[in-house]
Amino acid sequence: MTDTAETTNDATPRRELAVPDLSLVVLVGTTGSGKSSFAAQHFLPTQVVSSDACRGLVADDPNDQAATGDAFDLLHYIAGKRLAAGRITVVDATNVQQESRRKLVELARDHDVLPVAIVLDLPQQLCAERNSRKPDRAHFPPRVLQRQQSELRRSLRHLEREGFRKVHVLRSEAEVDAVGIVTEKRYNDLKHLTGPFDVIGDIHGCRAELVTLLGKLGYAVTRDAEGRAVDAAHPEGRTAVFVGDLVDRGPDTPGVLRLVMGMVAAGHALCVPGNHENKLGRALAGRKVTVSHGLKESLDQLAAEPPEFVAEVREFIKGLISHYLLDGGRLVVCHAGLPEKYHGRTSGRVRSHALYGDTTGETDEYGLPVRYPWAEEYRGQALVVYGHTPTPVANFLNNTICLDTGCVFGGRMTALRYPERELVEVDAEQVWYEPVRPLISDAPGAREGRPLALTDVAGRRIVETRHHGRVAVREENAAAALEVMSRFAIDPRLLAYLPPTMSPVGTSQREGYLEHPDEAFAAYRADGVRQVVCEEKHMGSRAVVLVCRDAEGTAGEKRFGVPTGGQIWTRTGRAFLDDLTVPGVPAEHGAVTRAVLDRLRVAAESAGLFAELDSDWLLLDCELLPWSLKAEGLLRRQYAAVGAASGAALGAARAALAAAAGRGVAGLDVTELSERQDLRAADAAAFTEAYRRYCWTVEGLDSVHLAPFQLLAAEGVNLAVRPHDEHLAWIDRLVDADASALLRPTRRLVVDTEDPDSCTAGAAWWEELTARGGEGMVVKPMGSLVRPEGGRLVQPGVKVRGREYLRIIYGPDYTRPEHLTRLRSRALGHKRSLALREYALGLEALDRLAAGEPLWRVHEAVFAVLALESEPVDPRL
Amino acid sequence: MFLTISTIGTDQRPATDLGFLLHKHPEKAQSFSTAHGLAHVFYPEAGAERCTAALLLEVDPIALVRRGRGTKGRGSGSPDFALSQYVNDRPYAASSLLAVALSAVFKSAMKGDCKARPELAAEPQPLTIELPAVPAKGGADLVRRLFEPLGWQVDAEPLPLDPTFPEWGDSRYVGLRLTGTLRLADALSQLYVLLPVLDDAKHYWVAPDEVDKLLTRGGGWLAAHPERQLIIRRYFSRRWSLARAANERLELARLAEADDREPEELDNAVPEETASPEGESADPAAAEPVEPKPTPLAVHRRAAIIERLRAAGATRVLDLGCGEAALVAELLKDRAFTEIVGVEVSARALAIAARRLRLDRMNERQAARVKLLQGALTYTDARLTGYDAAVLSEVIEHVDEERLPALEYAVFGAARPGTVVVTTPNVEYNVRWESLPAGHVRHGDHRFEWDRAQFRAWAEQTAETYGYAVEFGPVGEEDPEVGPPTQLAAFTRTDTTTTPKGA
Repeated sequence: MTDTAETTNDATPRRELAVPDLSLVVLVGTTGSGKSSFAAQHFLPTQVVSSDACRGLVADDPNDQAATGDAFDLLHYIAGKRLAAGRITVVDATNVQQESRRKLVELARDHDVLPVAIVLDLPQQLCAERNSRKPDRAHFPPRVLQRQQSELRRSLRHLEREGFRKVHVLRSEAEVDAVGIVTEKRYNDLKHLTGPFDVIGDIHGCRAELVTLLGKLGYAVTRDAEGRAVDAAHPEGRTAVFVGDLVDRGPDTPGVLRLVMGMVAAGHALCVPGNHENKLGRALAGRKVTVSHGLKESLDQLAAEPPEFVAEVREFIKGLISHYLLDGGRLVVCHAGLPEKYHGRTSGRVRSHALYGDTTGETDEYGLPVRYPWAEEYRGQALVVYGHTPTPVANFLNNTICLDTGCVFGGRMTALRYPERELVEVDAEQVWYEPVRPLISDAPGAREGRPLALTDVAGRRIVETRHHGRVAVREENAAAALEVMSRFAIDPRLLAYLPPTMSPVGTSQREGYLEHPDEAFAAYRADGVRQVVCEEKHMGSRAVVLVCRDAEGTAGEKRFGVPTGGQIWTRTGRAFLDDLTVPGVPAEHGAVTRAVLDRLRVAAESAGLFAELDSDWLLLDCELLPWSLKAEGLLRRQYAAVGAASGAALGAARAALAAAAGRGVAGLDVTELSERQDLRAADAAAFTEAYRRYCWTVEGLDSVHLAPFQLLAAEGVNLAVRPHDEHLAWIDRLVDADASALLRPTRRLVVDTEDPDSCTAGAAWWEELTARGGEGMVVKPMGSLVRPEGGRLVQPGVKVRGREYLRIIYGPDYTRPEHLTRLRSRALGHKRSLALREYALGLEALDRLAAGEPLWRVHEAVFAVLALESEPVDPRL
Repeated sequence: MFLTISTIGTDQRPATDLGFLLHKHPEKAQSFSTAHGLAHVFYPEAGAERCTAALLLEVDPIALVRRGRGTKGRGSGSPDFALSQYVNDRPYAASSLLAVALSAVFKSAMKGDCKARPELAAEPQPLTIELPAVPAKGGADLVRRLFEPLGWQVDAEPLPLDPTFPEWGDSRYVGLRLTGTLRLADALSQLYVLLPVLDDAKHYWVAPDEVDKLLTRGGGWLAAHPERQLIIRRYFSRRWSLARAANERLELARLAEADDREPEELDNAVPEETASPEGESADPAAAEPVEPKPTPLAVHRRAAIIERLRAAGATRVLDLGCGEAALVAELLKDRAFTEIVGVEVSARALAIAARRLRLDRMNERQAARVKLLQGALTYTDARLTGYDAAVLSEVIEHVDEERLPALEYAVFGAARPGTVVVTTPNVEYNVRWESLPAGHVRHGDHRFEWDRAQFRAWAEQTAETYGYAVEFGPVGEEDPEVGPPTQLAAFTRTDTTTTPKGA
């Protein structure tokens, strides 16, 4: 495809120089040949990297020859960065020496772009004149120019052999003035085609199955006079895309080629080559190849075809492009898979990778190359659809999918509808060819049991969420989350969700109160949320529960790759009950967890939830009670200790004050001080009462309770976005079906924020709950996920905590007016923002889980929730 | 918080002379504004035979938090520290705050100044000091050990945590009564120094320069105190933890709190006693051996590991879970190891490791040989591929058994060094540790401790799965019955594959 352009000196017609839109353009010319002017005229200043400019950057002098080494290091570095980012780059340096060009050709190859040379071969006289007009170059000895000129002349003939894919030579000022640059698209760039597409996996001469599959996909097949399929078109204008390996091994390679070539010619299909086409093409071109792996079948079958047809096949194969970028770059199709950095690139390496895939250089016990699991490392945005490696079932892995399901070996032929992401399959009519090795289930893309990579979570990250845009995680927060996740959390394969933090209600100005329901109702009213549900806050700890339908682990193994009946975890992903001992339950690791899950499983089964949701597992958001079960250490250390110290100290102080008052000395008036200590003692007693409500001695499994309040997910569906009345209906059924003492109902009241009477009733309900010692309530929009037209998410819930409960948060005597006044100045902005970000990340994790996305994608969102939990926010909120 | 000081009068000298000593009139109730709230002094009794002065400090808990934030290093203004900063015993218990209030309200008395009755101040008096709630880390026993040598008769009664839950037992508080005949100035300065020592609280409201003042206040009696080492050590560890609190990243503490846990429960990769800046106290007096020197087992272990690395001819080595980089430091001494990479998940351990290795002052040639990385062994890490050897010394037992397969894959499957040296405790040997209660693991964070058969089975299975050969060796003196204290496995890769191997 080399395109050498030479023009004669006397004619100077307007001339267009073609340059691929991603290439390394190397200007070649002596000093004074006008390279910089040429570059400035035809390219953006940012596209040009000049050696003089680099000299200036490293040495303050663009002509300092002593800085040449450093300047070129810098030039290569900048050019490399641009090429890696996929940007066309022009190198403005003399480049008359073969050695300097060799480095640039290597640079282009390293980044899989085409090197292009534009040579300004102007008369030496002209160059010398130009130099003499520039004060900083006037002192250049004439021999320098002389030497450069002769080096350039010697180079000219070899440029193509050096690796330049296009060489444009301009020999006069007039020629230079008459050119324009046209950028041309790369052959693999079909981003403008938006489909919809039906990508079809490896065919290997299985013509009958292909025709069946096309029929199933809705294509109408056109046949020629002899009844042979020669084209197929979809009534809705869909385009078929073949991932290659049309030929070899199977019964009718010519039939497949006739149909596919017809479809491609008619514009009904696109096709990329497979390694089998490549080899067949070489065989047809008369090259010496080893006839193996089913090539013999193709050659024999083609031998029975007319030579014109064989010639067409040869041309067809010759014209195939290694891979295509489709749909704005969101879809990449190639035969053997392609890492992101090769998408849209053009080099021998890219082509070879697209055809043969990445191999480790080793061979397995069947003598077949060991494939490098590139898809496991793939993190790109584009969906890569490929074939090549026969695998029993097509599975998405890291946004890639292999469609080779071994039809010719008696498996299936698979197509992927895009953008629907639906698989359409037909079974092989028979085993057409015996495989060398059995279809392996752990081919790249077929399994996800392998650990996550550190690069999935560490460092500063941006997580894209469907509901709240891009959420940033800072490095220090990720570092803390890494410690907790790796040392204390449960297996990430099970850890599909972490609950978000929740903001308290806006601060109340009501006398004696810091929080009150009125502010919650008013805030939702202002957000246009009419119906809210008030749910009691259970006095326990947050617990996320995964319960699988069978205790033996069949469902767990199938969906999560872990043979488990489920797990229960805390806000930071720790196993909640695994190391606890409960009287009556065997004192072995995980026994309490299993016992609780057994009870829950029975209830869920008898409530019919598994059946209704057509799922072998359920994920629930719950509170686990008592709080003391998990937090006994905290309760003793922090709360009981305060109670003990305050009782002793205030008792002694009040006795001493009473004695002092009893002395009846005029100068010793301690009345006011005494009264204050009485109040403090009362507050301390109320504090002690408040924490005691969270403690009870667990005498057996019957004193452990679970209060579920939301169904988060089931197979294939994120339920967290469903309205709360739906959730509560499920939960009520679950609780009703529980014959054990495990489950506790969630009391609730629906409030109309526009109706003053309803709001009053809501406040009264809260007063009653908290007067009886309740923790408070959570107010949520009935619709769960609420986003006003074009606006930001509404808080998914706010907590309104009881006046007494808040003593254990703000201190025993926080209700005293002088304290309340100051505490009311609390700032809620960061907490609210955090609550929204974590909520969106939690939903994102569930959405990704529902879509069957790879583990790292789910884990990324879950990890981000944990990281955000370490952001600095007032812990009392 | 509250305390009373009582004295008994004699015929020559009425008990109310206490008022002169304290510079506070027995017939008045007085209030003083102090750094942490209002202090009140009044006399519940003031007779010739017996006179009692009471000090009541009304701590302002909200102001306390705000002040705490104002100290240096914490200027961010966001109230972002642990909840324990807001709900705590400070308003009630006799802690460092009371000590500070004592020194403010009874400043002259503590110095021994008394213009009205100079001879009184110089003489020992019969004194009774009562503190209803003294936080005492170390319990009533330590209280006695601290005060009895100074001439006090000590009554220390532990307070129950909560009578509603008798199973919770006693709190860390004692009701304290001290009786003795001492100079009042000495009595006050002893309280001033020893209350914070007993408290040993994590959240401390005394600025570092005040710590120095506290120590000078100890004067003569501290030098001869039999518990001098403990007193000094607690002060210095406090000073260090102050510095730590000011500099430390609090992210991990917040995650602990989100799960109702103490930060130390998560941030336990470095033992408290080794967390001080240079690994030992800056006070030369405290350098005398207080506790047994670090167990020589660690030295044996490093020697055994290095021997294996040398035998394998390894020059580029990973220390996975390097902790404070003791092994890295040892490897640096041998120039045969040209590249040493310490990997650790604990940010705190890494910071201490960098400081211990003096990375910032190391010469370039040395520095080029060593690298410290944060990493987690349950994730694969491309940075760790291509090394000659990896060490997992006392690491696997800190990983939940369910998560070990992830570590195995990350190390043996993905990083795939030529040699892997693993050490782990031999649980059989635990019966030989006298200080270890039966059935206890050697470290609170150990998720398991294996006997020799379990370790062998695990190592052989892992070797088999990932294409390694394994051999075993003892570390430390081998006991004929229970084996060595530490067991070691050296894995050698047998297949030449260097790319990730399917699990």
